[in-house]
Amino acid sequence: MANEKKQPMNKRLKLFIPVAVFITMAGFLLFGLTRDPNIVPSALVDKPLPEFSLPGLYPETGEFSRADIVGDILIVNIWGSWCLPCHIEHPFLLEMSEKDPSLTFVGISYDDSMAEDRLFLEERGNPFDYNVVDLGGSLRIDLGVTGAPETFLVDANGMILYRHIGAIDSTIWKNTFEPLLAQIR
Amino acid sequence: MIPELGNFSLVLALSLAVLLSVLPMVGVYRNNQLLMTLSRPICSGIWVFMVVSFSCLAWAFLYDDFSVAYVARNSNTLLPWYYKFTAVWGGHEGSLLLWVLMVASWTYAVSLFSRNLPLDILARVLSVMGIISVCFLLFMLLTSNPFDRLMLNTPAEGTDLNPLLQDFGLIVHPPFLYMGYVGFSVAYAFAITALLTGKLDAAWARWTRPWTNTAWAFLTIGIALGSWWAYYELGWGGWWFWDPVENVAFMPWLVGTALIHSLAVTEKRGVFKSWTVLLAIAAFSLSLLGTFIVRSGLITSVHAFAVDPERGLVLLAILLLVIGASLFLYALRAPVVKGSASYTATSREVFLLINNILLVVSTAGILLGTLYPLIHEAINGEANMVSVGPPYFNTIFLPLMAILAAFLTVGSISRWKKTSLSYLKQQLMKVLVCSVVLGILVPLVVTREVNVAIFIAVTLAFWIVFGIVRDIQIKTANKNSLVAGLKSLSLSYYGMQIAHLGMAVIILGICLTSHYSVEQDVRLAPGEQLEIGRYTFIFVGVSPVQGPNYVADAGEITVLKNGKSYLSLFPEKRTYRATGSVQTEADINVGFFRDLFAALGDPRGEDAWVVRIHVKPFVFWIWLGAFLMAGGGITAILDKRYRVRETKNLKAKTSEQVKASGSIDLLGEAS
Repeated sequence: MANEKKQPMNKRLKLFIPVAVFITMAGFLLFGLTRDPNIVPSALVDKPLPEFSLPGLYPETGEFSRADIVGDILIVNIWGSWCLPCHIEHPFLLEMSEKDPSLTFVGISYDDSMAEDRLFLEERGNPFDYNVVDLGGSLRIDLGVTGAPETFLVDANGMILYRHIGAIDSTIWKNTFEPLLAQIR
Repeated sequence: MIPELGNFSLVLALSLAVLLSVLPMVGVYRNNQLLMTLSRPICSGIWVFMVVSFSCLAWAFLYDDFSVAYVARNSNTLLPWYYKFTAVWGGHEGSLLLWVLMVASWTYAVSLFSRNLPLDILARVLSVMGIISVCFLLFMLLTSNPFDRLMLNTPAEGTDLNPLLQDFGLIVHPPFLYMGYVGFSVAYAFAITALLTGKLDAAWARWTRPWTNTAWAFLTIGIALGSWWAYYELGWGGWWFWDPVENVAFMPWLVGTALIHSLAVTEKRGVFKSWTVLLAIAAFSLSLLGTFIVRSGLITSVHAFAVDPERGLVLLAILLLVIGASLFLYALRAPVVKGSASYTATSREVFLLINNILLVVSTAGILLGTLYPLIHEAINGEANMVSVGPPYFNTIFLPLMAILAAFLTVGSISRWKKTSLSYLKQQLMKVLVCSVVLGILVPLVVTREVNVAIFIAVTLAFWIVFGIVRDIQIKTANKNSLVAGLKSLSLSYYGMQIAHLGMAVIILGICLTSHYSVEQDVRLAPGEQLEIGRYTFIFVGVSPVQGPNYVADAGEITVLKNGKSYLSLFPEKRTYRATGSVQTEADINVGFFRDLFAALGDPRGEDAWVVRIHVKPFVFWIWLGAFLMAGGGITAILDKRYRVRETKNLKAKTSEQVKASGSIDLLGEAS
């Protein structure tokens, strides 16, 4: 015990670093829980889809710009073949794009695995009407993408109505996308 | 009735766990032998009720009791019986039940195999583990009870188990992973006990080491199985994605590896004591964090099935209690367990410290990368400009591991207390020269080209292997014959070398697979062929097949090696009836030096199909290395010094030690 008292104060304070680091992290985790991952960050609601000019995933389609795709109701999906949740989400996208031809599906893929992405679509089916490669990641930055997959609902005027982080499934579609679609139609 | 019995067993287990977390601890501070001895029977009670509860849920699955909500969501009458059984842990509630069953099993194992522990130490350890059981049993009963019934409208048919999970890899992967995760709770309980008693000596380290090794070996195999599953089941030939869920399993593994090494120093030299305690707390904390991240659905991942903020909050509260309280206790009590031995700048102690620093820094890097999207969003208020993927993790992790491998040989050949640089130079010069030469020659001879990454990996692998050989030479030099020398080495020494060999094997596997794999996707009509190196793949055709709960297109591909008939691959594309989801089943011919991998893509008219074919050299070595590591960990536990010497010395000491540490506690309370 005597040994304990001899310890200089700053040395004893150092021992509190682990608990301080943990409390900080717990704070972030708490923040993460209070945030509903499905809610659109307000900054993006009712903002127009950013301008871009990016190559297509398939060389034969050439470049795409914002003007090329805006005009219909768009489901813009950010994905990558390396992303496991995208694998899970993929069959649902495929189903939706077949079921509802009035929607235009736009696939924005990460630029690190174009060959893989092409193979993925070839093997598992291509739900997208437009396949765009986000070369350099500029569109991801403009859209404020946190990771893959993310899905944006864009109306015929090119305004972003809704943003979903993470894979979408039938429940999410029914609860959030369908009411919004009903509104704009 | 049976699900109610399972539910009731859970409640009984919870009641007993409450007793376990309170009674022995009270016994310790009141010096009441009876209360302390009660801990053992209580542990067996908890374990029995957990087994009963788990069996009840398994029964509900096997007999298609769809009135149980969890069964209805994760099973289907068409599911083969073995997948019905494994569906028990196919979702959130059942995973949690398995998790708690594992905690109960480890607690029971500690109470069985720690007969040599002084009673007061055992009582504290079991109490701490009891607290963990209470937390998770409460969590399960309050927020995620697997036995909840669907009161109205019992469905006639279940939704089916996710097809990705209908697979052998998933039968064995979660139990191993959880055994590892939860196993670190033993080291954690020992660490808390050390902080409470202020006693952390060689004996403490010797008790803790086998438990830590076992947990670590389970976790190693669990992670390897997960990676193997991703490799063949996702149909992409990738084996590591830096997915958040992989990361949260990998972080406790890295810290556990650091803990194994620092425990060695603590046992042999009596230093790094408070550091060891901190690592033991950290390893289990990261396991809990992993459980939290996966189960709260905080970060999007393939494994996160349900997003439920309420569950997340309860889990976070458990985290705060278990991790926060123990780190606080650490801050208060760490000075009491300070070590006092001396060592110099080139001693084995320092090399092991470097090992620890590298492992902890890489863990911190991975933790930061995993939580970064969250942190960024919290600070900037909105999510933007963040995407952390494989490039980040590879940049951080690979260089650190290369340095770790370089120090591995130096560390294991150096001596405790003091090792002169000239000694190291003398022992390792030949090893260094040989590995560098082979690092250039081998790739050059085999592939006629060398690049930096290959050179570094091959050199490091040889550096480790030759280092092991050199070390065994040194250790057996004084013996009459090599055989006599080899016999004189302890099992824990062999365990260490086997695990290190595993590291060399993994380095080779990862690097060679990443660089030399050939992946081709081609459209093939029946009779057409594709040549990759020595192999010719001939597409025979596709025919329909009926499975128990799916229909499939089964392809056949004949493979020729050097033009001679060799083997056939049968990849499938399955459509599961209940959900209609499509699943690619790759067929892989596993070989020691290469895997041949075939998967079916889409039909392309006229019986032609898109076929994906990989030739992946040395990919098997990744898992071989992992199993060597785990085997090394287990071999080290079998060392007789963990049994014989302990029994002899400690039985005599037990009562004395109880008295001695009892008096320390009294002092602690008085001051």
